[in-house]
Amino acid sequence: MSTRLATGGTRIDRSQRLGFTWDGQPLQGFAGDTLASALLANNQVLVGRSFKYHRPRGVVAAGPEEPNALVGLGTGGSFEPNARATTTALADGMLVASQNAWPGLAHDVGVVNGWLSRFLRAGFYYKTFLWPRAFWKRLYEPAIRRAAGLGRAPDRADADRYEYLYLHADVLVAGGGIAGLAAAREAAQAGLRVLLIEQEACWGGRAATDGVTVDGKPAADWVAGTVAELQAMETVTLRLRTTVTGVHDHGFVTALEAADAGPRQRLWRIRARHIVAATGAIERPLPFAQNDRPGVMLAGAVRDYAVHYAVSPGDRTVVVTNNDDAYRTAIALREAGLTVPAILDARLRVEGALPERARAMGIPIKPGHAVAGSVGRGRVEGVAVCVQAGEGAVLETIPCEAVAMSGGWSPTVHLWSQAGGKLRWDAAQLLFRPDPARPPIGADGAAIVTAAGAANGVLPAGDCLEDGVAAGRAAAKALGAKPQTGKAATAAAPEEAPIEAVWCMPQGAPPALRDKIWLDFQNDVTMSDVALAAREGYESVEHAKRYTTLGMATDQGKLSNIGGLAVLAEARGATIPEIGTTTFRPPFTPVTLGAIGGEARGALFKPTRKTAMDGWHDANGAVWEPVADWRRPFCYRKPGETVDQAVAREVRNTRRNLGILDASTLGKILVTGPDAGRFVDTLYTNRMSTLKPGRCRYGLMCNENGFLFDDGVVARIDDHSFLCHTTSGGSDHVHAWMEEWLQTEWWDWQVYTANLTEQFAQIAVVGPQARAVLEALGGIDLSADALPFMGWTEGTLAGIPARVFRISFSGELSFEIAVPAAHGQALWDRLMAAGAAHAIAPYGTEALHIMRAEKGFIMIGDETDGTVTPQDLGLDWAVSKKKDDFLGKRAQARADLTRPDRWRLVGLQTLDPRTRLPDGAHAVDGTVLPTGIRRTIGRVTSTYMSPTLDRSIALGLVERGPERIGEVIRFADGRGHIEARIVDPVFYDPQGERQNG
Amino acid sequence: MTRYSAFAIVREALRGNAGWPRALPDAAPRQRYRVIVVGAGGHGLATAYYLARNHGIADVAVLEKGWLGGGNTGRNTTIIRSNYLRDPSAAVYEKSRSLYETLSQEINFNVMFSPRGVLMLAQTHHEARAFQRTARANALQGIKTEYVAPFRAQELCPILNVRGPRYPVLGGLWQPRGGTARHDAVAWGYARACAAMGVDIVQNCAVTGIRRAGGKVVGVDTAKGPIDCDKLCIVVAGHSGQLAEMAGFRLPVESVALQALVSEPVKPLMDIVVMANTVHGYLSQSDKGEMVIGGGADGFNNFTQRGSFHHIEETVRALCETFPVISRLKMLRQWGGVVDMTGDRSPIISKTPVEGVFINCGWGTGGFKAIPGSGWATAEMVANGAPGHLAGPFGLDRFREGRMIDESVAAAVAH
Amino acid sequence: MLQLECPVCGVLADETELVPGGEAHLQRAGPDSTDDAFADYLFTRANPRGVHFERWCHVYGCGKWFHAARDTATLEVFGTYSAQTTAPPDDIVAAIRARRPEWEGPA
Repeated sequence: MSTRLATGGTRIDRSQRLGFTWDGQPLQGFAGDTLASALLANNQVLVGRSFKYHRPRGVVAAGPEEPNALVGLGTGGSFEPNARATTTALADGMLVASQNAWPGLAHDVGVVNGWLSRFLRAGFYYKTFLWPRAFWKRLYEPAIRRAAGLGRAPDRADADRYEYLYLHADVLVAGGGIAGLAAAREAAQAGLRVLLIEQEACWGGRAATDGVTVDGKPAADWVAGTVAELQAMETVTLRLRTTVTGVHDHGFVTALEAADAGPRQRLWRIRARHIVAATGAIERPLPFAQNDRPGVMLAGAVRDYAVHYAVSPGDRTVVVTNNDDAYRTAIALREAGLTVPAILDARLRVEGALPERARAMGIPIKPGHAVAGSVGRGRVEGVAVCVQAGEGAVLETIPCEAVAMSGGWSPTVHLWSQAGGKLRWDAAQLLFRPDPARPPIGADGAAIVTAAGAANGVLPAGDCLEDGVAAGRAAAKALGAKPQTGKAATAAAPEEAPIEAVWCMPQGAPPALRDKIWLDFQNDVTMSDVALAAREGYESVEHAKRYTTLGMATDQGKLSNIGGLAVLAEARGATIPEIGTTTFRPPFTPVTLGAIGGEARGALFKPTRKTAMDGWHDANGAVWEPVADWRRPFCYRKPGETVDQAVAREVRNTRRNLGILDASTLGKILVTGPDAGRFVDTLYTNRMSTLKPGRCRYGLMCNENGFLFDDGVVARIDDHSFLCHTTSGGSDHVHAWMEEWLQTEWWDWQVYTANLTEQFAQIAVVGPQARAVLEALGGIDLSADALPFMGWTEGTLAGIPARVFRISFSGELSFEIAVPAAHGQALWDRLMAAGAAHAIAPYGTEALHIMRAEKGFIMIGDETDGTVTPQDLGLDWAVSKKKDDFLGKRAQARADLTRPDRWRLVGLQTLDPRTRLPDGAHAVDGTVLPTGIRRTIGRVTSTYMSPTLDRSIALGLVERGPERIGEVIRFADGRGHIEARIVDPVFYDPQGERQNG
Repeated sequence: MTRYSAFAIVREALRGNAGWPRALPDAAPRQRYRVIVVGAGGHGLATAYYLARNHGIADVAVLEKGWLGGGNTGRNTTIIRSNYLRDPSAAVYEKSRSLYETLSQEINFNVMFSPRGVLMLAQTHHEARAFQRTARANALQGIKTEYVAPFRAQELCPILNVRGPRYPVLGGLWQPRGGTARHDAVAWGYARACAAMGVDIVQNCAVTGIRRAGGKVVGVDTAKGPIDCDKLCIVVAGHSGQLAEMAGFRLPVESVALQALVSEPVKPLMDIVVMANTVHGYLSQSDKGEMVIGGGADGFNNFTQRGSFHHIEETVRALCETFPVISRLKMLRQWGGVVDMTGDRSPIISKTPVEGVFINCGWGTGGFKAIPGSGWATAEMVANGAPGHLAGPFGLDRFREGRMIDESVAAAVAH
Repeated sequence: MLQLECPVCGVLADETELVPGGEAHLQRAGPDSTDDAFADYLFTRANPRGVHFERWCHVYGCGKWFHAARDTATLEVFGTYSAQTTAPPDDIVAAIRARRPEWEGPA
């Protein structure tokens, strides 16, 4: 059984016991444990079930490459599925549950998939489930979905917070092993700002475990000294338990920190001028039959658990390898007092320093030997031994509790590759390593990443430090700093003999064995699967990956990719570099979605723009409607009223008495300068430059494609200045549009623009009593003579500086009053008080829309949709025929925009006045197009029950509409039709007398 | 071609799975073909397939510069829907959707078309009206969609937070027979079916030049030597500009990056596809259990196929608001696709200024769902020398005439 | 996330501060242009895989438009320059040639 050793454990604190539960069973660990080490210390060798065949799986690795030990953590709003036990720090009271097994981890009915595995080979689902057709949706797919997936998602909102942290650095060093520490030190000594980030909870990487010495002393001493030195420097920032997850374009870097207090996680957003990737290497499994049995682990991981956490994987561990590094594990186990019954080394010649030491310790070494298969029920109980050169004839079976395997190491090149760096194949070390000739480049075309140490393909522990020093100096030099030149510390480690290629164990394994050699542990992909893919023509590495799902599990192929490439190479008779790798995508390790969202949740998700009177509206029954980034009252509901009743009341009161509207969201853009007249003439379809100061004119803006996109009233302020009103949603866009033309096309025109939208509060006072209430406030002569329709004036109204525009969007006598925003609420209060005698009542956007529709006024976004011209809307009068040019003029001359049968604006009256045409209804003429679509001849653009006329009204665009006034057309509605008569779009007060009061 | 079936799986399994024949073809090119299709993505392969199947033209080569299905066919979020507003779009996308319904059976390759339903959320009054308009247009176009109330949206997708807070769900446009399919399988299935009818699919064969004589195409130069042809059909999405330049004309197309990501797999969490245009995000769950998330497109020309973090940020933030339970799931992988955008964001299926050269491109962010319909319409055009009813409105001449096919009114993003 | 230096205010700005504006140096086709010339102006774009002249606006900064010469395949930036130009200036062209000797020059 796997257990805790009585002594040792460099990372655990035996004085602090932590209790946790595993599938309901109470267990104990120590502070400093990872969840994986704590589980192993409690003999929990079976920790999960694989994705497809539900095979029992145990911990394989000790880092982020772990494919099996994925668990559910916590409960309720703090539940996290698919948490990786190997990178999760154990915490007191932790609730841990196994995943993807039913009814339980030990007895999972899903194992039947495994018994059927030969029928469920790679891509089997593309070849079946075809008939009967309806069964895919109803039967096959739901069954597949239930079987697939790993953990279950939380069932409620996230209880935790997340935050962003921004940081600029000259050099970011990813990885705090000896290479990273050395690089950081060199860069810092050159005077650069350095950020050093390490994913684990302590510094030094593998050096301490691997018996490296620096300048003759244990590596741990050098690590401690260097960290202390860096911590003392103000220009250096160090972070543990933080993973660099992505290197993006132009050197933008993201890193995820597991925070101890406050937010659950912190997402670092880093701008570094240069990045040193000292991310180490990841050990490879060996491809032998049943290499997925719980108890089979990576040799480096066995060593880590023994040295760091004092975990014994079992009394007897068989080591199987094709390289010298795995001997360190055998030695470490022996030093911990455990037994290594044999080291099976696939190489025939075994003569390095490490093997010599193992031999001297009395560990039996079997050169040229291999594993024919692991044996055991649910977990390893022994290995069947064969010769590597053969086909798997079993020579003996060695009883053991664990197998430590090493197929060599792959540099962790993710950060190098994510941003576009290329790799080259190192035939001596059998690995892909960064190709310094093809680095990821930044904006200036220079390399933005330098790889260092094992990540750079410099595997021998002794050489890593030197490579880190070189990388740090190179980074400093690249940034124009002066690095040190002297000799740095020297690391030493036992010399290692070369690795030998073992892409299949034994090399002649027959299909029966290959069927059971696992490449991807989580997704259940075997050597046979990849070979089958290649045979079926899925030969490109991307095809094979997608067909077999190799490398697509939550470890993203960190363990499995190289093995798959080797199988493809064999199948195609090509070399591994000819096959190439799949693309490395961010993130390096999975990133919580909530952390990506950061603080922007709830009210902070997207800040709401509010007018000066927002609080009053909210306190007075406003039903809110989002309008662009603003919120506006849709209506003000009184107790007992429905929304419809409130809207009808607001319309009637405004037409009969007095309404008041917060129009502050209306865009207000000042256009001023000697060439302002020429400019507004170009922006608007009609001529604005002839407008006299003190007067207003309605204007239309089209894009260069000829289509109407905004409208509003323009007021001439003085000879050089125009105040352009825009729609509420359009102000930012219109202002940007103006600036774009001024800066990029007519930059010699002397015009200045300013978006004043938020500087002013604007209140519309509307209805027969409008003048009366304003006169009661006093200060400005607003008589019809002093301020005629479409005029504006300024002065002091109720003691508040104000501009008053006599414009109307309702057809009633109407004044729009603009005051500095800070005075908005005061004016509103004065109007409400003075208006009480006139039955004043606020109205919202819906009443506004109804009243404008009753008058046949268009609304941008209702009557327009980006494909409608002013001419379509009967607004020809607002399109100048005399001007040489305006934006959209040329476009409006094109064939499709001058078609006589375009759809044009009309009013629509249903024959039954109680029937309202539905929103978006289409008129049909009874014919059918060649595509089988029923031909339409028009559509409803606005439709309301008019409280004023007490009947339904609608505006619409109809083919040749204005030529067909009086005609009855049919609008499709379900299986039937609604008949409506085409009428003039002005339903109310066609003579326009009411606006004169 | 060995027919795929449950029986075949049992038979081959009992023989140790050693008898499966090659499924993905890779031919050496001959000297001449009647038609050359450039680009073995979904659209190119579907074009070749329908040329052979509908028009009896199997003397076709599909030339692919990399691996087949390696462009946007293999990088999208696999959504299939046809709830478009404008008649020309509705016609081609619904043709496509209806072909998807029976595609697996027709080409004897399970593309896993899953008509699980697509719900587009209305989160502003403006959007609500636009979707009601679309639903009514769809009724006349023969497309089954329905405008649904918030409670129904909640029923269809229980993890949806209909109450906001910033953008409450006001309603939704529901297409019950929209859904998803397995993207790679569409390319693989068409490729296998093409090969079975005698079409040559040539991978790793970049086209380096287009040979013309007297204003007419006569062949192409390729990495594997020159090949003659009568007709040439360019179906290369983001790389259309480069091919058009070889043929001597320019296009109203720009290539930008579109962002997507997947989460780690979890047990079934949502059964439908939900799109939230106001907040720029859409979400579905793959059969493997991953949440598949689509985001926005960069506004600048970009050929890198890399993911850009700030777009992902915006999308994920919006989706965590809309679907609060996903916050503790983890992003597994992000990437970008190079999409080709036209001036009106609608595709081009057209003859070109060069006689014998046809083009299919500009599918922007919505190409995957269109593959069968697009191939059908393009094959018809290439075979007859002129576009039919489906392709007609999508000609290049529309940009000169101002005859835009603008879908942006119904959806800020057209995924 | 791209970084471009705004030539107006001198800030090295992240992409999130900027808004892209498409191909630079397009000639506006006015009311007298032909249908073809007008369609070209509105819709036809160079869209090269390589050196591209383009417009950007420093929206969340100084608010000014500027031009950039950038490689669409490698994302290298050769330089940024004033929007008030009708063709790439000589120093920008020289900077491109220094890194792309095979470049055929502005179209």
